[in-house]
Amino acid sequence: MTVPLFDVLQQEFSQAGERTAVSHGVFVIELAPAQLLPTVERLQSAHAFDVFLDVTAVDWPDHELRFEVVHHFYSTTHKVRVRIKTRVAESSPAVATLRPLYGSAGYMERECHDMYGIVFTGNDDLRPILLYEGFTGHPLRKDYPKQFEQPLVPYRF
Amino acid sequence: MYGKPLPVVSVPREPAGTFEFITTKKDELVGWARKFSLFPYPFVTACCAMEFMAVSASAYDTDRFGAALPRFSPRQADLLMIVGTVTQKQAPILRKVYEQMCEPKWVMAFGVCATSGGFYQNYASLPGIDKIIPVDVYIPGCPPRPEMVIDGIMKLQERIAQGRHPIINETF
Repeated sequence: MTVPLFDVLQQEFSQAGERTAVSHGVFVIELAPAQLLPTVERLQSAHAFDVFLDVTAVDWPDHELRFEVVHHFYSTTHKVRVRIKTRVAESSPAVATLRPLYGSAGYMERECHDMYGIVFTGNDDLRPILLYEGFTGHPLRKDYPKQFEQPLVPYRF
Repeated sequence: MYGKPLPVVSVPREPAGTFEFITTKKDELVGWARKFSLFPYPFVTACCAMEFMAVSASAYDTDRFGAALPRFSPRQADLLMIVGTVTQKQAPILRKVYEQMCEPKWVMAFGVCATSGGFYQNYASLPGIDKIIPVDVYIPGCPPRPEMVIDGIMKLQERIAQGRHPIINETF
């Protein structure tokens, strides 16, 4: 699949020194956390990536930068998707919030915070959305014990 | 043609004095009445709902067992059917629904997730609703066949018919 926009993006981001690739028809960019917000701003304003699809994370327990925060965007003009990967360390798992750019980002960042404990700097509403108040830990991290239950109602036996 | 009078058939009546009363035990009579008037509260949370609809609809028809009319208020129901996976976050709601039901009440775990958690064993799901509320009849299966549900209803009816039905007990 050849997408004209991908060549433009590839040229643009290679000049900026970022690693890029095309994977299964999705344009992939690997960034440092500091580059995330300006890059997304650029994608939104210059390349019409107007839909924020998802933010999630990947846990690599053996890597020095343990978490890979993955954003997906879609352009309803060009009908293509872009994936942005950012690596953060376990000691400070923080990336910038995209709430100023995309209104829907708030909910997805809350979920990602629930499941992986990623902190989205600037998002002051990271209350649990799928989990409940009082839940300790982040269940989709690899070191969360598989059978560890945190019941809200005491068990009868 | 519509004005044609219907023939009047005289029905022989039993002479006075025969079959005026029957003797039975109170528990048997109340149990017989209660087992055919189950009002289910469907606590439907997951994909087993499809099978619940199938067993309620005309092909299998739980109405034959007097258990077809769902009451969407726990205060009017006496059979709590938990159909599907119950999560830890939902457990307080289920507990509250159960406590709102009036005595006498029965609980049916519909499907393997409600019975034991099924293949879920993780942070999110409750490993069987009997961890938080007492259960009368378990129906395994993912989802259970309608025949299994009907068998479960009949087992419950049997249990109701054979059970004690105190008119006055310690709570009432």
